[in-house]
Amino acid sequence: MTLSTSSNFAKPDDAFRAIVEAHRGLSDAQSADLDAALVLILANHIGDIAVLREAITLAKRRVTDAAQQQQQQQQ
Amino acid sequence: MAQANSQVQDGTANGAKTQFGYRRHVDQDHSATEIAEHPVVVVGAGPVGLSLAIDLAQRGQNVVLLDDADRIGEGSRAICFSKRSLEYWDRLGVGDRMVDKGVVWSVGRIFHGPSELYQFNLLPEQGRKRPAFINLQQFYAEAYLVDRVEQLPAISLRWRNKVTALEQRNDGVVVSIATPEGPYRLLAAYVIACDGARSSLRQMVGAEFAGQVFEDQFLIADVRMTAEFPTERWFWFDPPFHAGRSALLHKQPDDVWRIDLQLRPDADPAAEKRPENVRPRIARMLGHDKFEFEWISLYKFQCRRMDRFIHGRVIFAGDAAHQVSPFGARGANSGLEDAENLAWKLDRVLRKQSPERLLDSYHVERSAAADENIRESTRSTDFMAPNTPQEARLRKAVLALAKETEFGKRMVNGGRLSVPTVYDSPLSTPDRDSWRAGPRPGTSMYDAPIDGRYLTDAFIEQGKRFACLAFGNGNALEAPDSVGLIRIGGEGGFAERDHLASARYDAEPGTTYLLRPDGYVAARFRHPTRAALDAALSRAAGLN
Repeated sequence: MTLSTSSNFAKPDDAFRAIVEAHRGLSDAQSADLDAALVLILANHIGDIAVLREAITLAKRRVTDAAQQQQQQQQ
Repeated sequence: MAQANSQVQDGTANGAKTQFGYRRHVDQDHSATEIAEHPVVVVGAGPVGLSLAIDLAQRGQNVVLLDDADRIGEGSRAICFSKRSLEYWDRLGVGDRMVDKGVVWSVGRIFHGPSELYQFNLLPEQGRKRPAFINLQQFYAEAYLVDRVEQLPAISLRWRNKVTALEQRNDGVVVSIATPEGPYRLLAAYVIACDGARSSLRQMVGAEFAGQVFEDQFLIADVRMTAEFPTERWFWFDPPFHAGRSALLHKQPDDVWRIDLQLRPDADPAAEKRPENVRPRIARMLGHDKFEFEWISLYKFQCRRMDRFIHGRVIFAGDAAHQVSPFGARGANSGLEDAENLAWKLDRVLRKQSPERLLDSYHVERSAAADENIRESTRSTDFMAPNTPQEARLRKAVLALAKETEFGKRMVNGGRLSVPTVYDSPLSTPDRDSWRAGPRPGTSMYDAPIDGRYLTDAFIEQGKRFACLAFGNGNALEAPDSVGLIRIGGEGGFAERDHLASARYDAEPGTTYLLRPDGYVAARFRHPTRAALDAALSRAAGLN
């Protein structure tokens, strides 16, 4: 199995909203705790180490790309 | 275990358990030009060196075993010995003594704060000769091994013989040795270095010992008390008596209990190990202060290994070759697996039954095992002592999820306990037939009850050589010369109990496993031909 990046929710806005609302009223530290638990729960639900690794790669590219962009702007 | 950054005994410790005398050997009388020759010199009379020497002697080799000390039993070192190690010690004739003295256990419990998260049973199935683990102080294991050595005239055990230099030649190694009566030299075809984590032989061959040092310090205490705790392994994350850190409690023989307490990275070692500072903390843990200290020491754990285990004719085994943190009982047990892996290969090479390259498979198999042990014990140590705030956050989430989910429980890592590595080995013949279960080539043989004894006993009775394990009324199999034969079921075969052997080996009539002299599976066949068996045997012996 490979990571699915096509849109899987009938109503994507509902999914995004659900995650946003879960963080409402939380401190940064509480939000980070929530994310950590959520990642572990969802990773287990996927239950496929290859898919998880693909997802990590995709997510991490956002982080490193953003860091590079920031560096270029500063130069 | 790992290297101590400081080690002290408090006043009540027993110190040396067994004292041995230096005795002059006739080899020392040789003149400077003449030098005694020996096939094998083993350096270091710890559990690994002693076991290796016994194994080689039982295979008919003469062994010189050197140790720079003259006593055993200092310090708190290995306590957990695995089923695999006990099966090996059975083959060496010391298994019963170890098990009779040891504390048998298979259940572990993991606590978080005041409450239990979950428990595990390492040996949920019956029908094996040996338990998952025994706890036994290393000095007992060494004393029983020394007793066995003394029954074997082929071993010359020499205390207070310190190796000071090695000179590699094409035909062997010249070993320079210092004794209380001055130096002497030996010529050895092979030198096996079992001289521990701080191996001086490793320095003599100029090898690196690279790896990771963990920041957190751990306090290890052996305390003597009579207590009602069950014989289980108890591990705590963030216990009420030691907030924010981890703790371990484990029973040993003689009413001695092993306690590991994780300390802060910045804890002052000198202050932390003073009995007056350790005592109140352990009293809080146990709920009373009716105990005495046997030993207190402080460690920083390390995970590292040599790049190559074989340097010319000097071969490294045990902690000298690889070092792990203690969570998982992977130190002594993996060293014993090294010894068992090496002994039969070295014996065959010395007899010229196999070419020297058979020894290369020792490095291939055991360095992969070292990598696995380092990976597992590093994961355990990182889980116990998270390196970053985010690692700590993820661990906190796992521990919280473990209270209500099965997947969370299984992610909690309080030390994954040692199991024998499955080798991806050039000696293995890959499966061609279809198998639903059973040990694949490269796996240590599974035990099962047969005819009032066990499969592991039957393997020993076959002389710990290559052996065929054949099931049922298949075609009458003729084992190649010098290969043992264990028949299960059928005419003249062992009867099995509850079909456990057949089930564990996914056996049908005719199923045949080829076992190596160390009990690992070399090949397996549904319907073996003599040609296929011969080819598998040649491959496992390093002949092609």
